[in-house]
Amino acid sequence: MFEATALNRRNERVEWLWKVLFLLMTLILVVPVIIILSVLVYKGHGAITWEFMTEMARSGGREGGIFPALVGTIWLVGVALLASVPLGVASAIYLSEYAPDNWFTRVINLAIINLAGVPSIVHALFGVGAFVLFFRFGASILAASLTLAIMTLPVVIVATRESLQAVPRAFREACWNMGATRWQTIRRVVLPNAVSGILTGVILEVSRTAGETAPIMFTGAAMFIPFLPQSVFDQTMALSYHLFIISNSIPGVAEETKYGVALVLITLVLAMNALSIAFRVYLRGKKKW
Amino acid sequence: MHPNPASQLDPPATPAGPTARARHGSLHRRDLAWYLDKAVGIVVFVGGVSAIIFILGIFAFITKEGMTFIFGDMNLKEFFTSPNWRPTDAVPEYGALALIVGTASVTGLAMLVSVPFSLGAAVFIGEFATGKVRESLKVLVELLAAIPSVVWGFIGFMIMKELIEDVFGVPVGLGILNAGIILGLMAAPIMTTIAEDALKAVPDTYREAAEAMGATRWQIILKVVFPAAKNGLLGAVLLGVGRGFGETMAVLMASGHAIQLPGSIFDSIRALTATIAAELGETAAGSPHHGALFTLGILLFVVTFIINLSADLIVRGIRKKN
Repeated sequence: MFEATALNRRNERVEWLWKVLFLLMTLILVVPVIIILSVLVYKGHGAITWEFMTEMARSGGREGGIFPALVGTIWLVGVALLASVPLGVASAIYLSEYAPDNWFTRVINLAIINLAGVPSIVHALFGVGAFVLFFRFGASILAASLTLAIMTLPVVIVATRESLQAVPRAFREACWNMGATRWQTIRRVVLPNAVSGILTGVILEVSRTAGETAPIMFTGAAMFIPFLPQSVFDQTMALSYHLFIISNSIPGVAEETKYGVALVLITLVLAMNALSIAFRVYLRGKKKW
Repeated sequence: MHPNPASQLDPPATPAGPTARARHGSLHRRDLAWYLDKAVGIVVFVGGVSAIIFILGIFAFITKEGMTFIFGDMNLKEFFTSPNWRPTDAVPEYGALALIVGTASVTGLAMLVSVPFSLGAAVFIGEFATGKVRESLKVLVELLAAIPSVVWGFIGFMIMKELIEDVFGVPVGLGILNAGIILGLMAAPIMTTIAEDALKAVPDTYREAAEAMGATRWQIILKVVFPAAKNGLLGAVLLGVGRGFGETMAVLMASGHAIQLPGSIFDSIRALTATIAAELGETAAGSPHHGALFTLGILLFVVTFIINLSADLIVRGIRKKN
């Protein structure tokens, strides 16, 4: 009675075919990228030596190392985080703990979506118009970092809001019933339970910020500076911009050097990203409620 | 800023009435904690509206810088219909048509390449793959989305260029094809993720009902899941379009950067974003050229705003229905 009919068998074969087809489509997206990344590793690993990472660049990046670009990227990311993490966390606390469900909150959410969707070059124009020209910061780490901070603000907001909302409502109610104010509840109960999720978002933001090029091109990144930045009002080299410059604008850079810089940048970005993902998976496994 | 009583997370109201207030006097304190609470309420409200302020600020500042051009040398008809972008000539011309066509052709090719595969990958990850395979694919897709655009540009400039030259025998492998493939690979992870979310949002009861009627997995996907998720899938494609449209570094490096109306997919083009990136460094603040580049920025801002807005409305539409 339950034997497979010819129709059943045909259906099974058709279904198997579809499954393989969709698997192939997935592989077509993923495999070329993996091959490309392997090419980067293959052609670039030879350039990466201790001297490459720790020496100053010489003759426009043709010789020497990438130390000033590495240090510059750390400056840019650090200052951007100082601006965007407090603001992003405050924004997420408002949206998760205070905001009523009305049109105004929807407008805020729409603004966040658009902030993430505005092209990076438009953020760069904003950085030039606002920070470089209007506030007279000039092309500097400060102007570049603030531009980056605004661009990556949605990353912090979304990650923080998600981890705040993952804290059960019962935790808050228990605290309110003890007579705590809303802020006491947030500070002593909600934030401690969400802090690791927020950290995941911050790591993700580091990865995003370090890789961005367009927003810093005219706001503070320099083609070649033979010394390290001393303050936030200096211009600086940056890893991402350095990659663009040596592959597009400076003639006579050895191919291995270009691939080396690309490899360092992508390793940095993907490592931070993988760390963030691993942290998230670990937290999900540890969750007690 | 007063917390709205409609909020889901409001603390319980304090007991009402004069007698109750006298008895529960401690609930009506005006101590340090109370003032701190009010102060924090204001601080986080400022944080909450910051996104709105920034969006308005972006529009205000790029418009402010663009004004010198819009009310000066701009000729609306020339801007949208002339393919001659010659801002540095003795008699400068500001026709953005070639740039608009350039951006449209690259984005179009990118979507042609990546939409079918992204949706296919979303179906495989969401509907066929299970357990470890599914989780690893999702992580992989997330990592692909994290590759910086300058690295994609580098890949187009160094690797894809040679590949196209070898395979098709064209003299220069930079152009629509190169930039289109690169953009397609860039946009695919985002589209896959959002499309997979849209598929996941279809309730399992739909699938179970269809399965009970004897439908095969593929029939369920085609006849039940796709129709139910079509808005979310459309939203995913729109966000992909937005990403491709606004991408800067990859297009700058992979498209060849020649200002012309393209005749074939091997032709080199110049995109709107790439023009700003390439020319802004050479212009003096306040000059017509400077203003013209900011005007291109206004165009980019408005179009991406519309794309994001419609994607959001479409996706919210399905959420409400469910």
